Amino acid sequence: MKKIISLLLLAVMMLSCFVACGNEEEKNDVLTIGLICLHDENSTYDLNFINAMKDAQKALGLEDSQIIYKYNIPEGAECTDAATDLVENYGCDIIFANSFGHETFLMEAAKKYPDVQFCHATGTMAHTSTDIVKNFHNAFASIYEGRYLAGIAAGMKLNEMIESGEITAEQAKMGYVGAFAYAEVKSGYTSFYLGAKSVCPTVTMDVKFTDSWYDENKEKEAALALIENDCVLISQHADSMGAPNACEQAGVPNVSYNGSTVAACPNTFIVSSRIDWSPYYQYVYNCVKENKEIAVDWCGGISEGSVVLTDINDKAAAEGTKEAIDAAIAEFKAGTLHVFDTKNFTVAGETITSFKADVDTDANYEADTEVVEDGIFYESKYRSAPYFTLDIDGINIIG
Amino acid sequence: MKKQIISGTHEPFAHIIKREKMPWWKEWGVRLCAIALSLVVCAIVIKLVIGVPPTALFSKFADGLLGRMRADIPQNHQFWLTMGDTSILLLIALAITPAFKMRFWNIGAEGQVLIGSLASAWMMITIGKYVNAGGVFPRWLTLVVMLVVAMIAGAIWALLPAYFKNKWNTNETLFTLMMNYIAIQLTAYCCTEFWSKKNTSNNVGVINSEGKAMGYGWLPTPLKESFPKVSEWLIIIAVAVVFSLLIHIYLKYSKQGYELSVVGESENTARYVGINVPKVVLRTMIISGALCGLVGFLLVSGDQHSISTTIVDGRGFTAIMVSWISKFNPFAMAAVAFMFVFLEHGAAQIASVPLPNGQRLSGAEEFSSILTAIIIFFIIGCEFFINYKVVFRKFSKKGE
Repeated sequence: MKKIISLLLLAVMMLSCFVACGNEEEKNDVLTIGLICLHDENSTYDLNFINAMKDAQKALGLEDSQIIYKYNIPEGAECTDAATDLVENYGCDIIFANSFGHETFLMEAAKKYPDVQFCHATGTMAHTSTDIVKNFHNAFASIYEGRYLAGIAAGMKLNEMIESGEITAEQAKMGYVGAFAYAEVKSGYTSFYLGAKSVCPTVTMDVKFTDSWYDENKEKEAALALIENDCVLISQHADSMGAPNACEQAGVPNVSYNGSTVAACPNTFIVSSRIDWSPYYQYVYNCVKENKEIAVDWCGGISEGSVVLTDINDKAAAEGTKEAIDAAIAEFKAGTLHVFDTKNFTVAGETITSFKADVDTDANYEADTEVVEDGIFYESKYRSAPYFTLDIDGINIIG
Repeated sequence: MKKQIISGTHEPFAHIIKREKMPWWKEWGVRLCAIALSLVVCAIVIKLVIGVPPTALFSKFADGLLGRMRADIPQNHQFWLTMGDTSILLLIALAITPAFKMRFWNIGAEGQVLIGSLASAWMMITIGKYVNAGGVFPRWLTLVVMLVVAMIAGAIWALLPAYFKNKWNTNETLFTLMMNYIAIQLTAYCCTEFWSKKNTSNNVGVINSEGKAMGYGWLPTPLKESFPKVSEWLIIIAVAVVFSLLIHIYLKYSKQGYELSVVGESENTARYVGINVPKVVLRTMIISGALCGLVGFLLVSGDQHSISTTIVDGRGFTAIMVSWISKFNPFAMAAVAFMFVFLEHGAAQIASVPLPNGQRLSGAEEFSSILTAIIIFFIIGCEFFINYKVVFRKFSKKGE
């Protein structure tokens, strides 16, 4: 009897789904955007994407109902499902996803819905898959330039500490909390270090990995371990507030990432570099609106407004920081400054003259493209996503 | 002294006695009341904690089942996703039921499914690479190889604890639990070491999504033209239906099913009537494990097309609840599995999409788990009132 009832119940539930009715949303020229986020606002990385979307919304004058957010979407078939839901049930015309691991799953959705544009941040596969999925696009920014600028702020701070006698020039050691030893992180901390070195030549840096993009405790512990290990300034590339909070607690200056952490860390926050995704959102929106092709692999820079620094916190930053950064920005814009100029760093004591990167991400990860030209390692030139993976001298990886 | 004796014989304020079997309509009445009560409590919590109208959150919750209402409801993607996930959870519950009925505490379904997934994915990737490199391999055979290997892997994962139990009387609860961790670590190792993009990610991504091997090892999607939303899940749902019937028949009408329930009731009785207990234990666990392996295969080939340590996502444990709440009845399991998936999807919906007023909860994920927990608490709790009744002390004069 119980069986029959449970079957009946199930049948009723199923029926109710068939009977339920609703109105087909009318298709018109109002575009709807979907944004798939790996985490939610508690992650500085995701918050950066969400805030940029709000900026873009304002700039484009879109209604709230035109932007649908999906939070906490893991890097699995859930991403395909989320995209499907956005297309099917919300009628989205453009879908963004923000995590590297979303890529192949978003691509599956792109294959299913050729009329919808799918834009994936930080990915690498669009330019090698153009013939299969034309509606799939990648984007990144030359954030290494932003890191370099943030590095200048760090170097200025170290100089101030040296001048005030707080530390000697040899003790100018920074600490860096990284997520994984991936190109994105390596490229980031190396450019940060080179930025600091450009103003404080004696600087060295310890790097500690947490093996997670988002783990507040691990990031905090890593930061504290670095501070314990005589690092006098901390920066990070991981997505929680772990490291900045640890710095505020320990009273150690912090150069942040993804956005300002000054509210939580008023005494130690110096400056933060971040990718502003708003220009890209607007670019894609306008492309779709005007029926134009979207770039397969888009890379924003300082002049596009994609690479930005937050306001400098004068309470923690050294004097003259703003001027030094502005000078560097002018040089970047003029094209006279290159972060990975091989004159400025050595690998195992040698200046490098050649480096092959795996730009097409083939199955065997074979390096295929020479990226050093005229003494300059051209990051993000052959592909928007970073490929700088060298371990340069002065940076010490401690696990 | 005297007083203590008196109070010792005193009738307690309330005590619990076992009920006689309730008529079915009363049982279900209690359950419905429990669900209604749980919703009331949820509503109060929602109102007190976040102060939005509870109905707003409830309708979000229901969206997890139906997606947003549209005219094409019979083909609603979200609904069929719910049915597909229900089928997966049901299949895992079915897989572990024979072992539980035998009172073999197999809490290793998570690991058995995962190892099945891992084996499937391994075959899928290997064959995919071979095909992309110019080799020839029939499409259908890929699926067969994946299925067989997955079932063998699942069976081995279940067989080990059973063998050790027979041989040295090891504790199967701990053993199967530990096997879960081994499976998880093994998967993590394979994913990061062999199958993910070096230097960029530890995520394997969609397997065989490009090149000549495109779609190799993917479950076919029949009737795609007429029922595009259903077709992705059709095979998985069909397998679940078939196995519900098979397990029902196996447990209820087969000699083996009878044997394992005798072993479950009393090992001594089983031995006395001449049942070879170790053999039954081994056989049942092999069946259990192989079925778990099958689910692993379905997850990889039909659902995720990928592999990761979170592919089973705790469903190996949820399935234990499903199996027990349903008292090992496969059809009740279908309903209970549906309820769990519905709750989970509803919670995910709250966590992933802002409220109708555009407001977004901070800690939405945690909050939705609290709501699910309240509902599950009531549903499990009401079983107590179905089986027992609380008798209050009759009002009587104090003292002597």
